[in-house]
Amino acid sequence: MSSHNPHDLSRRDFLKVVGSFVGSVMGLGLGLPLVSYFVSPALEVQGGDKWIPAGPLENYPIGQPTLFTFTLTKKHGWEKTSQSYGVYIIRHSDTDITVFSNVCTHLACRVRWHDDQEQFICPCHDAHFAESGEVLSGPAPRPLDQYEYKIEDGTLYIHLVEG
Amino acid sequence: MTDKPSRMQALYAWLDERLGLSTIYKVVLDRKVPKVNWWYTLGSATLFLFTMQVITGIFLTVYYVPTPDHAYDSVNYIMQDVSFGWLVRGIHHWGASFMVLFVFLHMLRVFYMGAYKYPRELTWVIGVLLFVLTLGMGFTGYLLPWNQRAYWATTVGTQIAGTPPIIGPWITRILRGGEEISALTLSRFFSLHIWMIPALMALLIAVHLYLVIRIGISNPPSKDE
Repeated sequence: MSSHNPHDLSRRDFLKVVGSFVGSVMGLGLGLPLVSYFVSPALEVQGGDKWIPAGPLENYPIGQPTLFTFTLTKKHGWEKTSQSYGVYIIRHSDTDITVFSNVCTHLACRVRWHDDQEQFICPCHDAHFAESGEVLSGPAPRPLDQYEYKIEDGTLYIHLVEG
Repeated sequence: MTDKPSRMQALYAWLDERLGLSTIYKVVLDRKVPKVNWWYTLGSATLFLFTMQVITGIFLTVYYVPTPDHAYDSVNYIMQDVSFGWLVRGIHHWGASFMVLFVFLHMLRVFYMGAYKYPRELTWVIGVLLFVLTLGMGFTGYLLPWNQRAYWATTVGTQIAGTPPIIGPWITRILRGGEEISALTLSRFFSLHIWMIPALMALLIAVHLYLVIRIGISNPPSKDE
């Protein structure tokens, strides 16, 4: 190295600085887009809300939790996927109805109504819910979720909100 | 600088003692090289391109699906819907062409400078294998978008591979995974493209670089020689 002035930048140090600068710019230039590339579909908001017709009210005997299932088709990336939903409908009277989601509030398995025990039971971790949706035992942190509903011309509609 | 080493220096010294970092640095980056010119950067340029192909290729597999019913749509999805999908696929697409070009130029430089001679014959032989594998990457990658061009290019390519007498038809069959180009062709080309050939290339590149560092690079030939 020929330079004697300690303030002079040596060729080696100059290249180190330039090299790491250019390297960082290129690394960020590709790295940040790659993060966005990986994450972007996950941040896409799909959904909104829909009123799902659940058939005439007479389909649901008074006092008996009845499973109603429906499927919705959604676009996921390059493919349309149908997603199935299940709700338990309990008709108390002609105007008073409860619509429970069958998704367990613990870890999202599907609960099932057991007539003999008069409980909703989740098969995954044995969470028990009462007919009112209250947690009776097991690991569930909160009661079963409920859907809004409306009745028009004797037909029951369920308000599905997503996203 | 103070007499007492800072925490970072202490950490570096601790790691260095165990990993030999400064030795690696000295051997790899501070090694002696003859006075050379820009043509001698083609190998590094190729290594850079290979690294870019690996990174972008890995990310393309996040969305790409190697089946006839989804391959084309998944590529479209990458290009139109995924953020920066065009960039990732664009780099992979152009990087592929540049890689063939740079490997070839690197080979020409070594050839014209006589750098393949003793004691660097093995470096050369491995380099030639890497060149062939690079072409293999180009050939197998070309089918993956599963569009008309890809389909017919592979039809022609596998047909050409079948021209040798006796074993020719077998080669075509093995490449296609059957009589004609099908889902089996696509999935085996995918496997070759993302696993088999790259793994082999990484191994050979490691040996290639080891030899370059061990033997050092040759002087440009002078008039007196």
